Amino acid sequence: MIPLSWYLILSGLLFLIGLLAVLIRRNAIGILMGVELILNAANINLLAFWRYLYGYNGDLRGQVFVIVIFVVAAAEAAVGLAMIISAYRRKNTIVANDIDLLKG
Amino acid sequence: MNLLSLPLLVWLLPLPPLAAFALIVLFLNRSKRASHWTALAGAGLSFIGAMVLFFKAVRIPELAGNPIGSTINWLPTGATWLKIGTVVDPLTAIMLFFVAWTVLMIFIYSIGYHNYGQPAGKNDVPGLPPHGAEISDHGHSRHVPSVEPMYSRFFALISLFAFAMYLLVVSDNLLTLYIGWEIMGLCSYLLIGFWYAKDSARKAAVKAFITTRIGDVFMLLGIAALYSFTGTLNFREVFGNPATMQALTETLSPVFGLSWAGLIGLLIFIGTIGKSAQFPLHVWLPDAMEGPTPVSAMIHAATMVSAGVYLSIRFFPLISAGWHPGEALTPVMTILAVIGAFTALFAATIAVAQNDVKRVLAYSTISQLGYMIAALGIGAYAAAAFHLFTHAFFKALLFLGSGSVIHGMEHGSLHSSEHVDVQDMRNMGGLARKMPITFWTFVAGALALSGFPLVTAGFWSKDEILSGAFNSANLAVFITLAVAALLTAVYSARQITLVFLGKPRTASAENAGENKPVMTLPLVVLGFFAIAAGWIGIPHNFPIIGKLSTGWLQEFLGSMLQFEAEVEGHSSIPLMTSLVVSLGGLLIGWLLYRSVKKADQPDPLQWGLGPVFGLLRNKYWIDEFYQLVFIKPALWFAENVSYLFLDKKLIDGVIHAIGKAGLWFGSVLRNAFDLPVINGAGDGLAKGTKTSGRLFNRLQNGKIQHYMGLAVLFLVITGIIVIYYAVAF
Repeated sequence: MIPLSWYLILSGLLFLIGLLAVLIRRNAIGILMGVELILNAANINLLAFWRYLYGYNGDLRGQVFVIVIFVVAAAEAAVGLAMIISAYRRKNTIVANDIDLLKG
Repeated sequence: MNLLSLPLLVWLLPLPPLAAFALIVLFLNRSKRASHWTALAGAGLSFIGAMVLFFKAVRIPELAGNPIGSTINWLPTGATWLKIGTVVDPLTAIMLFFVAWTVLMIFIYSIGYHNYGQPAGKNDVPGLPPHGAEISDHGHSRHVPSVEPMYSRFFALISLFAFAMYLLVVSDNLLTLYIGWEIMGLCSYLLIGFWYAKDSARKAAVKAFITTRIGDVFMLLGIAALYSFTGTLNFREVFGNPATMQALTETLSPVFGLSWAGLIGLLIFIGTIGKSAQFPLHVWLPDAMEGPTPVSAMIHAATMVSAGVYLSIRFFPLISAGWHPGEALTPVMTILAVIGAFTALFAATIAVAQNDVKRVLAYSTISQLGYMIAALGIGAYAAAAFHLFTHAFFKALLFLGSGSVIHGMEHGSLHSSEHVDVQDMRNMGGLARKMPITFWTFVAGALALSGFPLVTAGFWSKDEILSGAFNSANLAVFITLAVAALLTAVYSARQITLVFLGKPRTASAENAGENKPVMTLPLVVLGFFAIAAGWIGIPHNFPIIGKLSTGWLQEFLGSMLQFEAEVEGHSSIPLMTSLVVSLGGLLIGWLLYRSVKKADQPDPLQWGLGPVFGLLRNKYWIDEFYQLVFIKPALWFAENVSYLFLDKKLIDGVIHAIGKAGLWFGSVLRNAFDLPVINGAGDGLAKGTKTSGRLFNRLQNGKIQHYMGLAVLFLVITGIIVIYYAVAF
């Protein structure tokens, strides 16, 4: 059996990739994709811990948790894309740094 | 008398003139007619009430024991009350009688004296006597007297005056008596200064006020002493209580070794000295002649000066405490006798040399009041009250008569367009034929004043005093009073001779005319009393006609005293003396002055007396003496010490120093505390907020990835710290 740490390393790498995407990408859609990666890193973490702590004995809580997060991620992606399209229409750009109306 | 019980009537007695005063001052002062009718109605109501009370009172047997009156609690003073009340006892009844008559007559007379019904003068101003008006009839103009500009004010003030006098007379306690006393002081001030635009009137008013105030201060001390010693100011509670009287008589006061009774009597008597113008506080009274003549009559006869003597008569039980007829006088009685007798003689000598018709009467008043005080001093209680009674009538008559003369002279002066002093007797002469009613009434008054035998009131009362002095073996007092009586007759005759007899010495006198009935009627009424008022007091033991008399007054008043009034044998010596001095004095006066033919002729007495005459004419220079000794130093003190040193230097200096210190302290506070600390804190807070806002503003740049980066950074740092501590502990 593949040890737990491998999964955790995978999910850590995935999280870092997502995080870097969120912090570095200029494109707002890229940022949104980074956010998706972070969510999925969390999902892998959840599943890995579920699998190693509880195993196959009919317990579905970990999978249900992940599916709920998929739903949230999908909703979030839908809202996020909608906002990006709306911002694009107004400012004709999707570069995150140019959308700074809320600056102090 | 069912509706109006007698005690209630006594309470109501003083009020109508007060109501008249208020009505005139508040509502009626625009109308001269309404003013004098209101004043007359007030005086008339009080007059009727006084007469009813008088005639009821004299029929009550043992009135002194059960006087009409009642007392109420007025002001609570801790556990006790200051009580006020009214009373009609024999003394009050006598006072009421003459006060009511003289006041009413003076009110009526005032209407004529202030020229009611005459046109207003063109040049008349409030505060000056009317100058006269010019009217034209049938083509040519002539001068006539003009109406007083402040007519209503006069009636308001004399109404208040009458109220105060009635209040004083019916009071059964020193408290309300003192209130009336002081209201009269105020009214006399206002009325003497009635023509306030005249400098002399203003000065006379202030002089009268301040001089009487000196006496009043002592009187107030006496009142306070009486109250603190006995706990009551009620006359009957003090005099009628043997235990109180004994305590008062036998306890020594801390002053001069007098008993408390003597000390209080003395203090009260000093009030009398001020009010009744006895030496040395007599100086205000002659100057009070600056007021209109009815005021002079009011002050001198009916009210103020009578009030002084009344007070002393009222307090005779205290003044004479421990004394019984026939014994040696108490110290306070001696003081009364000496001051009274001295004043009687002293003022009479001055009166002989005065030229102003009213000033003669003023000094005569002082002299006659001295008589009363002297009579009290030697224990002739009833005689003093009797003389007060008769004197009020004939002196009011004389003042109103002299006012009538002055008025007639003014008329003549306006008619002849001559400018002379219409009050100077040297400018008169021969007025008997011009003003017959004034003449005859004036003669009646003057004869009463000089004690013309048998027919006049003054004879009986003065004879009482002289025989009292003689029979109580106070020979010095007797001789002094006899000499004063001689001088009284001399100046009375001098006045009659100079004013009425001979030939007119000026055009004004030539053109003088009799006054209207409104002025002469009061003269006639008072003239009647000047003759008849003495008959009630003819002593029982007087030769021949004494048998017809009942000696009613002596009995009536004598019942006021605890001991029996002295019933002395009527020696013929005082009787002969009063006959001789009265008739002799009148003769001397007439012989001396009938030769005066010209207004600018020197006074006949001047040849005989030489420099002494100057002394008399200048009233012994007492005014000048007071000016030098009291007034000048007082003014100097006020100017240099009080004002320049105390006020300007000391008080102002301290105040300015305090002001400067305050300013300095304020500026220190401002510079050292307010500006740096309070302002600094406020400014610093604002500046700090602004700076930090500007600093943190950079973080809020609206760039989502910066926020995110910061969040991660914070997360990492927090994570490191948490892990570090988690590992460490």
